[in-house]
Amino acid sequence: MAQPTVVLSDLSRRFRDVEAVDRLTFSVGRGELFGIVGPDGAGKTTTLRMLAGVLRPTGGDARVGGVSVTRDPEGVKRHIAYMSQRFGLYTDLTVRENIDFYADLFRVPADQRARRLERLYQFSGLGPFERRLAGQLSGGMKQKLGLCCALVHEPEIMLLDEPTFGVDPISRRDLWLIVHEMVAAGITVLVATAYLDEAERCDRVAMLHAGQLLALDTPEGFRRRLTGRIQTVRTSAPRQTRDLVAAHPAVQHAVLFGDMLHAILDDPARDWPDVKSRIASAGITILEEAAGEPSLEDVFIHLVTSAPAHA
Amino acid sequence: MSLTRLLAISRKELLQLRRDARSLYLAFILPLVLLVLFGYAISFDIRNIRMAVLDQSRTPESRELIESFAGSGYFSVVEHLETPADADRALGSSAVRLVLIVPPTFSADLAAGRGAIVQALLDGADANSATIAQNYAEAIVSGYSTRAVARGRRVTLPVTAESRVWYNETLESRNMIVPGLIAVIMSIIAAMLTALTIAREWERGTMEQLAATPVHRLEIVIGKLVPYVAIGLFDVALALSVGVVLFGVPFRGNLLLLGLLSLLFLIGSLGLGIFISAAVKSQVLATQVAMLATFLPALLLSGFIFTLATMPIVLQGLSYVVSARYYVAVTKGILLKGVGASVLWQDALAMVVFAVAGLAMAIGVFRKELA
Repeated sequence: MAQPTVVLSDLSRRFRDVEAVDRLTFSVGRGELFGIVGPDGAGKTTTLRMLAGVLRPTGGDARVGGVSVTRDPEGVKRHIAYMSQRFGLYTDLTVRENIDFYADLFRVPADQRARRLERLYQFSGLGPFERRLAGQLSGGMKQKLGLCCALVHEPEIMLLDEPTFGVDPISRRDLWLIVHEMVAAGITVLVATAYLDEAERCDRVAMLHAGQLLALDTPEGFRRRLTGRIQTVRTSAPRQTRDLVAAHPAVQHAVLFGDMLHAILDDPARDWPDVKSRIASAGITILEEAAGEPSLEDVFIHLVTSAPAHA
Repeated sequence: MSLTRLLAISRKELLQLRRDARSLYLAFILPLVLLVLFGYAISFDIRNIRMAVLDQSRTPESRELIESFAGSGYFSVVEHLETPADADRALGSSAVRLVLIVPPTFSADLAAGRGAIVQALLDGADANSATIAQNYAEAIVSGYSTRAVARGRRVTLPVTAESRVWYNETLESRNMIVPGLIAVIMSIIAAMLTALTIAREWERGTMEQLAATPVHRLEIVIGKLVPYVAIGLFDVALALSVGVVLFGVPFRGNLLLLGLLSLLFLIGSLGLGIFISAAVKSQVLATQVAMLATFLPALLLSGFIFTLATMPIVLQGLSYVVSARYYVAVTKGILLKGVGASVLWQDALAMVVFAVAGLAMAIGVFRKELA
């Protein structure tokens, strides 16, 4: 790993009697694209807020760009750009007014503004909408505007909280292109997401569950953690199939993704025919089946269900 | 502190204000509506008081006295009564508010120089208008006596107190009301204007984004204050113009001094609004708290209508923490009396305290931090 630029040490946040973030410890290297994944309530937003210096930790500390978030939360803010999950720009200001406002707040020198604005419009495609009120933009364009306002001061570190939440697939791809461009330009990016397919794009991924760090690895490393192989199957009775398959001794896990059942087997070539025959003898029709590569989703569910601390 | 950032906040606030009909209404229309409404509605001047007459004298002298009542403009004689019992009925049914009884011996007493007595019966159910009617009646009778003496009828000349009213010579209650009204309206409007600003940012989620920038909370608070101070001063000027032009209120003092003290007052009141907004973080609640904190105290405890000196001691004590109290004294003093800093320095000092306290509370309670 490159020189660490975001370092969490036992970072914790308690709300009343709930430990929203529980002793998180990990480091993010300079120029890394780092994913924080987990279901809603796992502590992703709380973690990013603390790193952004807008929420005070109740325990531990983190250094962001070399600055402690507990001792100097304001000092952190010169190094970062933070994009909250909820659209945080002014809907009653135009695209241009929002960008200018944030340029002023970060005191972007006047002689650099035109060049930066041009670049921001170039990658976001927001130029033609300069005079439109932010509230009248589509969900995807709002997020692009959020990125523009975040990038106007050329931050070292970006903290993005579910930037693609509620965004259409085309805009989602556009947003990720922008993120990859930022990383290519040397910016460190921490991105929280509930979509595990997005986490596959990251250099490394921290999996959070109930405020705790479940695991931290590269996407490839995560997939290697699964000892078994994935067999997917779609049938006429998905739930009944799941119960049947999960009960089979050769199956480690069986999880439904929609109506597609993902089963993890130690050796599908040996055991799958027997599992299949049980499905068939229950009078269930198999519509589709395949041997698959495990996704991060499979790994995540495997980790959550087998985590000893999870209670 | 960075001027760039402070001005960025101010400019943003103005841009938002310009596009928000509700805020525009609150900033520019409501003060005028309130001023005109209250200016016309609150009036303690009573005209055409309905009165009845029981003339038992029926002489030219008695008719002259009754004429002077009718001709004064304050009374209109709507009934001529026959018996003293009628007086009871007329007052009891609220048909009239005053009954004038001229006794049979009126002319004879006048002619003999003994001093004649007339009786005025008043409906005391509305004590305020009864007092006013009584004062008018006494003035008319006294005027009549003076004329009678001048005409050479020998009347024992009573010792008469000749009172002169200063500052509001015609005792127009509007002159008394409008300067104070401007102060009361501005204290409500000012707190309401800023009560929304911080709470709106929390509610809309823009504060979280703003909090993650290096902007200092001092820059946020002052930056938000500046445009509203300008609007507040504009409102004061507008209200003064309306007061002078529409209501004919005199302006006798120093405009610059009033401007300066208005500035102090506005900083205190706007600061209070920001303090409330930052403390409760909800627009609805902030509006209600701001209304509660300014409207009733400004109306009741500022000396605007109700004289503070006659209030129970507890309320008098409370009035010292109502900033409108000092501003009412200032507007009345400068407009009606034309007094200067040598008289108003105590009020000015109090307003400095309020301005500093308002700002300090706003800055003290506002945090760039989620909870």
